[in-house]
Amino acid sequence: MIDSVVLLSLVLVLSLTAYALLGGADYGGGLWDLLATGRTAERQRATIAHAIGPVWEANHVWLIIAIVVLFTGFPRAFAALSTYLHIPLLLVLVGIVLRGSAFVFRAYGPDDPRHDRFWGRMFAVASTATPIFLGVIVGAITEGRLPDSPQGSFVTVFVAPWLTPFSLAVGAFTLALFGYLAAVYLTLEAHDTEERAAFRMRALISATTVGVLAATVLVLAAPEVRLGLIASPWAVPLHVATGASAIGTFVFLWFERFQHARVAVAAQVGLILWGWALAHYPYAIRPHLTLAGSAAPANVQILLLQVLGVGAVMLLPSLLFLFGIFGPRGAQRRQT
Amino acid sequence: MDLLYARWQMGLSLAFHIIFAVIGMAMPVMMVAAEMAWLRTRQSEYVDLAKRWATGTAILFAVGAVSGTVLSFELGLLWPAFMEFAGPIIGMPFSLEGFAFFLEAIFLGLYLYGWEKLSPRTHVFAGIMVSIGGALSGAFVVTANAWMNTPTGFRLIDGRISEVDPFAAMFNPAAGAQVVHMLLAAYAAVGIAVAGIHARLLLRDPVNAFHRRAFVIALAVGLPAALLQPLSGDWAGRVVARTQPAKLAALEAQFETKAYAPLRIGGIPNVEARETRYALEIPGGLSFLAHGDPAAPVTGLNDIPRELWPALTAVHIAFQVMVAIGPWLALLALWAAVLWWRGNLFESRLFLKAMVLSTVLGFGALEAGWMVTELGRQPWIVQGIMKTSDAVTPMPGLVVPFVLFTVIYIGLGAVVIALIRRTVLETAPARGGQ
Repeated sequence: MIDSVVLLSLVLVLSLTAYALLGGADYGGGLWDLLATGRTAERQRATIAHAIGPVWEANHVWLIIAIVVLFTGFPRAFAALSTYLHIPLLLVLVGIVLRGSAFVFRAYGPDDPRHDRFWGRMFAVASTATPIFLGVIVGAITEGRLPDSPQGSFVTVFVAPWLTPFSLAVGAFTLALFGYLAAVYLTLEAHDTEERAAFRMRALISATTVGVLAATVLVLAAPEVRLGLIASPWAVPLHVATGASAIGTFVFLWFERFQHARVAVAAQVGLILWGWALAHYPYAIRPHLTLAGSAAPANVQILLLQVLGVGAVMLLPSLLFLFGIFGPRGAQRRQT
Repeated sequence: MDLLYARWQMGLSLAFHIIFAVIGMAMPVMMVAAEMAWLRTRQSEYVDLAKRWATGTAILFAVGAVSGTVLSFELGLLWPAFMEFAGPIIGMPFSLEGFAFFLEAIFLGLYLYGWEKLSPRTHVFAGIMVSIGGALSGAFVVTANAWMNTPTGFRLIDGRISEVDPFAAMFNPAAGAQVVHMLLAAYAAVGIAVAGIHARLLLRDPVNAFHRRAFVIALAVGLPAALLQPLSGDWAGRVVARTQPAKLAALEAQFETKAYAPLRIGGIPNVEARETRYALEIPGGLSFLAHGDPAAPVTGLNDIPRELWPALTAVHIAFQVMVAIGPWLALLALWAAVLWWRGNLFESRLFLKAMVLSTVLGFGALEAGWMVTELGRQPWIVQGIMKTSDAVTPMPGLVVPFVLFTVIYIGLGAVVIALIRRTVLETAPARGGQ
């Protein structure tokens, strides 16, 4: 039988994957709201708001699920994470509060362009900043500089371990990935060909940016982290698959096969996340805390897995129904 | 000093979130009730009402969702030692709450954006699911708080937990009473607040059909809960008497351990002199309410070590505020029932004025109640097991996040109030007649 720690880690990575592919794209939508230019700028903003509106609350819950699994299943990791990464976590929270509130303030505000512009800008800026800090957090637990006791000055304990070139590069990489996802998804949500072309162009630029930043992250990584990412036994097949989906996304975008591009880009981002997770295993926080070493008692883990399983079976139909009604296919049904 | 700022930040976040959390529980009930009334009667005021309340729910739910996210992280950011200890024990209700929240978010999306895309029955179903999800999330989270008051479901051996039973922890001795008290408080506070707003508008425009219907639905949600609330409060009080003697003594500002302990109304505790002055005392009242027997002894603060006292004055005053408001709202419920039975609910201007004056009282009692339970548990974060001061993060400079969140929450609160006024209330139809 597979270890319950492994299963629970799997659940954690699955909910993070869902959060990245769904919630991440909502952040990316904010980035493209910020960068909307050209004749179709206002239409782009409307498309983004229309695509995010019905689903962003549900997409956000994946983060809550991940946090709950973390503090129930891996309480020591949660405690260490929230102690030493207090500052970036705080910045993520501020971002989450501002973008969520700003989004509904704009969506349900009075018909006043100044109101819309102010809260639209708030939503866009907060959506752009938050993924950077999310990425910094991932970078910090990967890089291995977090202390295991709060001895030392404020800067050495609470700032220096995460304010590093590597973590910042992971932050930028995360933003690029989220923007990339959003741009590809939005090609299917666009009103017309002109707008679709704008999102296609943004997706192609993002694809290139993602590639450049991925290389940057690898270059800046500590040697043992880099080795884990590229030299593990599973690394070759995984990199082949990631590379194939990356090329696939690019080709599909180029030839305007947007349905296929959406699947390929989700596969690409998912595989990148899984590649990171495999390289990071067995650590919760490198190098002091392993997943097994930070885990809750075994009976709690098993109970948690059972509850999550039952809950997932009950929720999945509703979730599929939601995306069936409001997903891009729903949008196409509207057009025909 | 950092401990103080951490407590202030937690308190502020809870006080802010709870307002939106209860609205997210009760508002969907009113919104679905209005839609169902529309489907049955086809009177246009009802669909107008359902859509306005849906807009209100959308704005307030979103703020509730993000401020709830802040809280779930703050548990770790401010109290990492507490979460390391308690995470495995009370993670279960939080996981279940995660699913309930998921349910709410999914069906709220369907409800808000599905007016044209879903059949009327499916749409109503979505609204009902939002209501159920809201009530469930609230109930699950409150069981976790109840566990902090009456921790069960684990054993401590040399400071390490073992034999964790998450369901025994979830169904701890305080859970039932606290959950019922909280759910009733949510419906009472929101129903009465909405009814109070429409009562004010009805005083200006007494025959306005829109406000009349809104008023009736809001009363129907708020007043039954208000009527039942004193009973659940009595239950919660008896649980406190059994499990948290220091909290009970602080609630009643009872210094002396004695039989025939009096029930105090008002009064100012004097810690130095160890006596409570200026209170109206009902002899044996506290002993009777707490233990069902006026001769039953009640432990006073004198028999509890000074360092284990809660913040006495604040807890006592907050408790007085709560128990003053509760019966008043129950009385309003009876008054409304009599008027309704006589068929002149809208004719009594005195009742409408009483409702206007009571608009925010339910929320006042709600906040006071949370102060009672949270401040009354101090200095413990987990009653008898872990002190709040031992749980706080080693991170210095906590004044910065405290000020940051204070500013953000004040700003958000102001915007939400302005927005609800402009989009939901001020454009409400002014036409009169039935």
